[in-house]
Amino acid sequence: MTPLTPMPSDAILKPTHLPLVEIRDLRTHFFTDDGVVKAVEGVDLDVHANRTLCILGESGCGKSIMARSMLRIVDSPGRIVDGSITYRAADGRTVDLAKARLGSKELRGIRGQDIAMIFQEPMSSLGPITKIGKQITETLLLHRKITKAEAKEIAIEMLNKVGIPNPAERYEAYPFELSGGMRQRAMIAMALSCEPRLLIADEPTTALDVTTQAQILDLIAELKDELAMGVMLITHDLGVVAEVAEDVAVMYMGRVVEKGDVYSIFENPQHPYTQALLKSVPRIGGERRRRLPAIRGMVPHPLARPSGCPFRTRCDHAMAGVCDVEVPELTEVGGSQVACFLHDTEVANG
Amino acid sequence: MLQFLIRRIAYMIPTVFLVSVVTFAIIQLPPGDYLDTLAAELADAGGLDEGTRQALADQYGLGQPIWVQYLKWMRGILFHWDFGISFEKNVPVNDLIWDRLGWTFAISILTLLFIWMTALPIGIYSAVKKYSVGDYVATFFGFIGLAVPNFLLALVMMYVAFKYFGQSVGGLVSPEYIDQPWTWDKVVDLLKHIWMPIVVVGTSGAAALIRIMRANLLDELYRPYVVTARAKGMSEFQLLMRYPVRVALNPFVSTIGWILPTLVSGEIIVAVVMNLPTTGPLLLRALLVQDMYLAGSLILIVSLLTVLGTLISDLLLAWIDPRIRYQ
Amino acid sequence: MSAIDHSPAAIADAPAAPILLGPWALMWRKFKRHRIAYASLWLVGFIYVLALFGNFFAPQAHDETNRRGIFVPPQAIQFIHRAEDGSARLQLHVDALRMKVDQATMRRSYEAREGEIIPLGFFVKGHPYQLLGFIKADRHFFGPKNPDDVAYFLGSDRLGRDILSRIIIGTQISMSIGLVGVAVSLVIGVSLGGISGYYGGWIDNVIQRVIEFLRSIPTIPLWMGLAAAIPLGWPPLRTYFIVTLIVSMIGWTSLAREVRGKFLSLRNEDFITAARLDGLSDWEVIRKHMVPSFSSHIIASLTLAVPLMILAETSLSFLGIGLQPPIVSWGTLLKEAQNVRTIIEAPWLLIAPGTMIVIAVLALNFLGDGLRDAADPHAQ
Repeated sequence: MTPLTPMPSDAILKPTHLPLVEIRDLRTHFFTDDGVVKAVEGVDLDVHANRTLCILGESGCGKSIMARSMLRIVDSPGRIVDGSITYRAADGRTVDLAKARLGSKELRGIRGQDIAMIFQEPMSSLGPITKIGKQITETLLLHRKITKAEAKEIAIEMLNKVGIPNPAERYEAYPFELSGGMRQRAMIAMALSCEPRLLIADEPTTALDVTTQAQILDLIAELKDELAMGVMLITHDLGVVAEVAEDVAVMYMGRVVEKGDVYSIFENPQHPYTQALLKSVPRIGGERRRRLPAIRGMVPHPLARPSGCPFRTRCDHAMAGVCDVEVPELTEVGGSQVACFLHDTEVANG
Repeated sequence: MLQFLIRRIAYMIPTVFLVSVVTFAIIQLPPGDYLDTLAAELADAGGLDEGTRQALADQYGLGQPIWVQYLKWMRGILFHWDFGISFEKNVPVNDLIWDRLGWTFAISILTLLFIWMTALPIGIYSAVKKYSVGDYVATFFGFIGLAVPNFLLALVMMYVAFKYFGQSVGGLVSPEYIDQPWTWDKVVDLLKHIWMPIVVVGTSGAAALIRIMRANLLDELYRPYVVTARAKGMSEFQLLMRYPVRVALNPFVSTIGWILPTLVSGEIIVAVVMNLPTTGPLLLRALLVQDMYLAGSLILIVSLLTVLGTLISDLLLAWIDPRIRYQ
Repeated sequence: MSAIDHSPAAIADAPAAPILLGPWALMWRKFKRHRIAYASLWLVGFIYVLALFGNFFAPQAHDETNRRGIFVPPQAIQFIHRAEDGSARLQLHVDALRMKVDQATMRRSYEAREGEIIPLGFFVKGHPYQLLGFIKADRHFFGPKNPDDVAYFLGSDRLGRDILSRIIIGTQISMSIGLVGVAVSLVIGVSLGGISGYYGGWIDNVIQRVIEFLRSIPTIPLWMGLAAAIPLGWPPLRTYFIVTLIVSMIGWTSLAREVRGKFLSLRNEDFITAARLDGLSDWEVIRKHMVPSFSSHIIASLTLAVPLMILAETSLSFLGIGLQPPIVSWGTLLKEAQNVRTIIEAPWLLIAPGTMIVIAVLALNFLGDGLRDAADPHAQ
């Protein structure tokens, strides 16, 4: 295995360093029989190398679709209708993934090689009747000019690295012969076999039990440090965010409503939605309440997007004539960016 | 795998037993027994002498309880390879059937190959290019293929061949080659004839399999593991062949289990229309004149061979699908 | 919402979510979008109406022979009649025919008689019949205005019988065999499949072996063996029912398998467990929760089984071991076109009933397919 050329350490630390992926005004819509579902509706996001970005949001908020848009693996009837996803390759070239032709060599070369992805369900995300080893070597053989024997060697090494006991034996196993945790480890081994620069993990621990969850998260964090790759972790679990995130983006109905580093978000949440989310989590040693506060109301039906700010129907601070008229843009507030008119100086003053 | 094989063969035993019982019941269905019919047949030729009559009655257990007759019949088959006598032609059934059975199964198996070679690519195309013009054309022909009964298709093809190509169809070889030793010319002539029954028998099966393959593949095409493969950077064709098609192939292989019986059925009825020297016309004739040992033997052997074919397809399936093997 | 309400809750009202439809309404909506299937529903309905009022739609008595009308080719319906004086008027008619026999080859041919026509009309008086089997009537939907005239829209057979009328009357037998056979299959299939899936254990094993057995033997030889044992002297009605039984013997197996599969998967569903914990009896659980959740699939499977039975009956009758003349079915009609010589002389004997079979089976297949797609909530 040839290690990636390490980046200069100051470049990693500097927040001004050019991001690995820049998402601008991304819109992915689903053209269903009942109408257009705007799953992703104007997302701006930067993903940096060697940092873990957590995308936080309830199910159905568009976080998975956003991630899938980055690799262009959104199933029909969904498609990207607008926006750009600029990927900056190791040699400095940039590629707009949102406009890359499906099936093009360029796009296929980035998938698996530069950007790898692991999925929520380790049960169904591995080919059911293909041996684990074969599925890993397949990725290697696709992207590297190596022999089958070398690929097998690397694959067994990867299996070992992700903590699968008896890797040489497991190499010959079928997915149904492994437990859920083992399968997810195999998925990670597969995703990381080509040492990608960005790993997208779509709720990688949701289907696993709690102890396995922690192990998998530790594993991802460990490998991130080792390979200096960017990690984009999609989750609805605040505990996961607190454990691994460096940056956080909170999504609601297809939009990023707040983003910033994990400390500013957790210590000083600005958006009413983020505040409500954080309040709904029980804390050990926290104030004892009779009931945990829940967010009022329900997520609107995807075909019935409220006008203006999508959160206004559940927001305690919604302002008539303001929030239902215009969609708030992300603005800098303290250490983070928030999309809420409460923080818009013009509205607040006017 | 060995365990699977043994279990599967054990499953076959009751089926084989049931087949023999049902066949025997069919033999017994027409009123009167074998000897009465034989006596009637031979009445013109001077009748049946008492000695022969007694010997035959002993051999088939006539006049004894039905299960004794069944056992005697089975014993004859199992220990002496004796399927009884065709009383219409007055020769042992053995002399009449094997050539014809051979042709029936040769045509059925060739048809199976034909079906696979057409249904597989068309089914895959149809699923991948869902709702394309090609898909609609394939679907349309698929429905037509299912809706036209075998014998009707045979009649139409014979009519078209006769009317527009001046070719008289029927038989597996041209009349001048019948009863001739096998030469290269005869083989060529055979090939000129045999494609028609194969296409006729295979059409409905191919139509069914195209739809099955399409549905199976559509089930698999949107599974997470396909997305995984795509996210790896595989080309669409590569990932299609390595993952969903392989998975969809399994239920497809298991269709041999029921497609083989329908092919044999289809071959029999088409053979009657096209006058092929196979089981069909012989069986029909035997049933119409109630030559029951001949008819019964044909039904028995055709059914048993089909059951055997199903067994082979199951083993094939277990061989390609590890999940079945390990159960 | 009143006009003076300015509280935050007021603007919290989002546009209403789309109304959710019930399962049957959803299925119906999905089905209607499948245009070919929807058209097929009408076509199948039409064919059954044709069968139900067969005597009314048949222009001639289906069993009336005519020595001067043997192997008449299909006659074209003409709209404009030119009288001898050159004036033209609108009059539906066919040419009156004269038979000519070539003495050398003994071949018949027909030519139009100069100046003579057979006028046609709607709701004309014709041969008397019993509508639906008990209403005396003699009106026919369409046919020659003079009851003594004969017009062969789809040609005639070797006895000079009208093919169109025979096809329409044959529809009654052929289409009803599908329905009766399916009814038999439904009863056997659902009860055995249900028992098999609900109770499991040895009884499931036995039923599964029987089904496997029935499916693993080739049907045609088995049917032939059974059908050949029907004595020729039996009354038509009894033959009809026995043939139907034989034909439905295979049909129930796939249905039983499907029902069993559904039972097995439903048995472990949470909502079934919940219903049972609520204290419902086995029977109530089956009736109130299990059956509704797969009845749409059953309907689709049944629809797809009908054409199979029609084809089976047709094949057997064609071979001469199913229904026997004088029963008229599409199969017995095709039996008339059994050899190439006859087909060359009178291709309509093959084409007319053949087309009818293909249309009916196609329509039923499309209908069943549309229903199955609509019944599957996961299909796109």
